[in-house]
Amino acid sequence: MAIEPAIGSELPGGGLPAGFEGPVVAPGLGPYQLAWRRLRRNRVALAFGGLFVAIVVMCLLAPVYAQDIAHTSPDANHITETIKVGSKSEEVVSAAGIPIGPTWHARFFLGADQNGRDVAVRLLYGGRNSLFIGAVATLITMLLAVMVGLVSGYFRGPIDGVLSRLMDVIWAYPALLLGVALGVVLAVSGLNLGLFQIQGNSLLVPAVIVGVVYVPYVAKPLRGQVLGLREKEFIDASRAQGLGHVQIMLGEVLPNLASTIVVLVPLMLANSILLEASLSFLGAGVQPPNPSWGTMIGDGIRFIPAAIHTTLVPGIMLMLTVLGVNVLGDGVRDAFDPRARIRVER
Amino acid sequence: MGTFVVRRLASMLAVMFAISLLTFLIFQAIPNGDPALRLAGRLATAQQIEDVRKQWGFDKPIYVQYVKTMEKVFNGEVISYSQQQNVESEIWRDLPVTVSLALGAGVLFLLFGILFGLLSAVHAGRFTDRALTMLAMFGISMPAFFLAAVMEYYLSYKAGIFPIGGYVSLASDPWEWFTHLVLPWVSLAILYVGIYSRVLRSNTLDTLGEDFVRTARAKGLSERRVLVRHVLRNSLIPIVTLWGLDLAALFGGGALLIETVFNLHGVGQYAAESIGRLDVPPILVITMLTAFFVVALSALTDIVYALLDPRIRLN
Repeated sequence: MAIEPAIGSELPGGGLPAGFEGPVVAPGLGPYQLAWRRLRRNRVALAFGGLFVAIVVMCLLAPVYAQDIAHTSPDANHITETIKVGSKSEEVVSAAGIPIGPTWHARFFLGADQNGRDVAVRLLYGGRNSLFIGAVATLITMLLAVMVGLVSGYFRGPIDGVLSRLMDVIWAYPALLLGVALGVVLAVSGLNLGLFQIQGNSLLVPAVIVGVVYVPYVAKPLRGQVLGLREKEFIDASRAQGLGHVQIMLGEVLPNLASTIVVLVPLMLANSILLEASLSFLGAGVQPPNPSWGTMIGDGIRFIPAAIHTTLVPGIMLMLTVLGVNVLGDGVRDAFDPRARIRVER
Repeated sequence: MGTFVVRRLASMLAVMFAISLLTFLIFQAIPNGDPALRLAGRLATAQQIEDVRKQWGFDKPIYVQYVKTMEKVFNGEVISYSQQQNVESEIWRDLPVTVSLALGAGVLFLLFGILFGLLSAVHAGRFTDRALTMLAMFGISMPAFFLAAVMEYYLSYKAGIFPIGGYVSLASDPWEWFTHLVLPWVSLAILYVGIYSRVLRSNTLDTLGEDFVRTARAKGLSERRVLVRHVLRNSLIPIVTLWGLDLAALFGGGALLIETVFNLHGVGQYAAESIGRLDVPPILVITMLTAFFVVALSALTDIVYALLDPRIRLN
């Protein structure tokens, strides 16, 4: 049989028999396809990723649940009402001020809080806020960190000096304390970014705060990687071709950072959700009457020991969400860094 | 070596200056309502507000206010808006609580982090490793203040094993001091046990592949001796650096949350309460001093590193 070039294989269907899985390191597979293959085999990571997706979908469906099942809104106050649980009727909030626990029925499925509001409904609406802030904050962190990392690693010199010192300054603050300081100030005054303004009680305030606070944690490793990349021959080659700085940074350097960025995104998402919860717990994040998991836990803790479910419900949800993101993120890292796997399976 | 120390200290001072400026600007330059209005009270006349503004120096240009504020911070003369008390003396009063909390938690997470990390690395890929990895995942995913509240409810209110919140000083009753702090320590340490055990696991796996480990085994040393004397000593170095910095960060991080849940009246709770009252001076001082502390510790570790490892100081 004549030897043909592997790529130009003329057999119909791409040259491989149908159903042939091929070796793990099949020639012609890009690093992303390889990583995806490895991730697909990691059942645990996928299961937890699925858990996270399920929580996101549930929170997105919050209005449906509120209207069609619980027949209430996240802020509606039922403090003086009585409801039927099975055959007997119970007060939503007792005369002693103790809210009803989980009824496991359509109304007050997870009980009420001290204001007679439906915990399950608030949980889903609060989850929308928590997840929205986490996602926007992660986006802000990644955008700013990529810019800082690219510019300071690529240009080095005085630009790098200034940016790196700025990162040092932000990094030196404990993340929570800096977030709290900014949160307190911005909750009062709002944020004026010149072109557009953000109200003090907007969800974007905590999102911007959390996003900015975490920039150094991502910018530092990216800068290090760019410092290494800029010495490579392909950068010299593209410069010789006459590409400008911006083209080289975005077209040549950035694609090489992509796998690091993909690995860091779940990690930062988990951290952002947790930091938002801590800020809201302390009153420097999401402002009332907007619910978030952090504010719900903060409200609930004040009523321990009378009504533990107002703390447990948002807390468990928060933990499951972060756990889902973290385990998925761990799987993604393993998929991109097979060395870690191989090392484990010595 | 001398030039390295001088350079490192100079950069430390520069960062500290930037921190003081940034902290000041966060609270002063971003329009935050007029502090004079808040200080003068609700029923103040225009004249009274004007007097307060003069008295506190809010009418001066911003750089004068910055210098004045820094003078006050370093002379310990900062006065809080809400209770008009000396902020620094309040901090000194609360500091033993936060130090007890942070140090105890630090010892706890260092010990258990090392133990779990080492176990995980030695049994890499087997059941112990998987179980500990999953446990570490729970640890880093658990919001500390939630864990604290749940433990307080089930172990203090329900089971009555531990006292319900509060702080007893070490000098007055060591046993009470200990029992009051067990739950705060544990809830603060869980997150870091997760982080440290994972860092140590990967460090140890890296070190296990080194040539000198093979040499040590070839010499006929027992596996235990190889692990402790050769592997652990090397993989511990980055952990110890992390430890100092994390301990400093606890003052401005976990302590705020945990002291609030357990009502410990430490610096963290002082900060958290000042947030609730929108009382700027205590938050400014605590934020600035904690950041200074972190910067100073990080400079110190760098210098100690340079002393131990000539490659760093020549770079």
